[in-house]
Amino acid sequence: MKSIFFILWVEDNKMNLTNEQIERYSRHILLQDVGVEGQEKISSGRVLVIGAGGLGAPVLLYLAAAGVGTLGVIDGDVVDLSNLQRQVIHFTEDIGKPKVFSAEEKIKRINPDVNVITYNRLFTSENALDIIKNYDFIVDGTDNFPIKFLINDACVMSGKPFSHGGILRFEGQTFTYKPGHTCYRCLFHSPPPPDAVPTCSQAGVLGAIAGMLGTIQAAEVLKFLTGTGELLTDKLLSFDAKKMEFRTFKTKHNHKCPICGESPEITELRESEHGVCDLTNKQ
Amino acid sequence: MAQIKVNGESQQINDATGILEIIKINNVLQPEMVSVQVNGEFIHRDNFGTTNLNDGDEIDFLYFMGGGQ
Repeated sequence: MKSIFFILWVEDNKMNLTNEQIERYSRHILLQDVGVEGQEKISSGRVLVIGAGGLGAPVLLYLAAAGVGTLGVIDGDVVDLSNLQRQVIHFTEDIGKPKVFSAEEKIKRINPDVNVITYNRLFTSENALDIIKNYDFIVDGTDNFPIKFLINDACVMSGKPFSHGGILRFEGQTFTYKPGHTCYRCLFHSPPPPDAVPTCSQAGVLGAIAGMLGTIQAAEVLKFLTGTGELLTDKLLSFDAKKMEFRTFKTKHNHKCPICGESPEITELRESEHGVCDLTNKQ
Repeated sequence: MAQIKVNGESQQINDATGILEIIKINNVLQPEMVSVQVNGEFIHRDNFGTTNLNDGDEIDFLYFMGGGQ
């Protein structure tokens, strides 16, 4: 039940939201740090999620429920039975369907207000800049290093903020890039050698870890859009769910960074020269 | 002897222990999958062999994590 004070307060502040939207987003609107103004920022936000898999699934579900105005989803893969243990936006009957269309259908069912733009293709150095220019914030939900570095490079070059996410076995890590701050190459310079790279498909991952990390990424997006709190910028959050221990490492912009340092070596976008095991074609 | 912190935990090491040695002592299984910060400054991989640790240094191992799908 809504209190009369809430109704009166909303009536004074509601601006462009419909009555139905006010009810749908009332738990956001009640938050002092969000309110009607914050919800309107969410509703006019444009977010691109790269990869509609383990991380992309919770990110998309929560951003759809939150009413993000435009959600872009890029993935060139189709739903596979082995995805369903963690990619909770896809259902058994979606096996064989392109992930972006499966995701779009669920987003629309959660919240018809959301404008979904699907890209049923790989994210490459050829299309990266052209796609991300249309968005306010980018989410990395991919599972291989060449694309993680490509997302970083494209966002640094375009001055776009993004959320990095990585999971493996029982562990996860994430940080939020904002222009002028620590980027992925500040932290890791370049991809590790291909033969040293375990990914989820090789090493396994506990399904719920994708949910834990993805919801942290979704929260970062909503904080960014509403300008609330402190982002994971110049910090790397890392957790080990076996011990349920979380640690935040403070990081600094690296002045020797090959893309955003004082003498950048990377001046144009291209895929990493490190081929990566058998997953180069799978985002 | 010097007292350092590795990922937040205290550790005693011999004076002039280098980063390569500290990686070995801490049983880092895949050194090529780790990035190293000393007192918040990144150490380039090429300098692992020439960077020695001092009393009070704080070392963080940041691991590459590539999964997500």
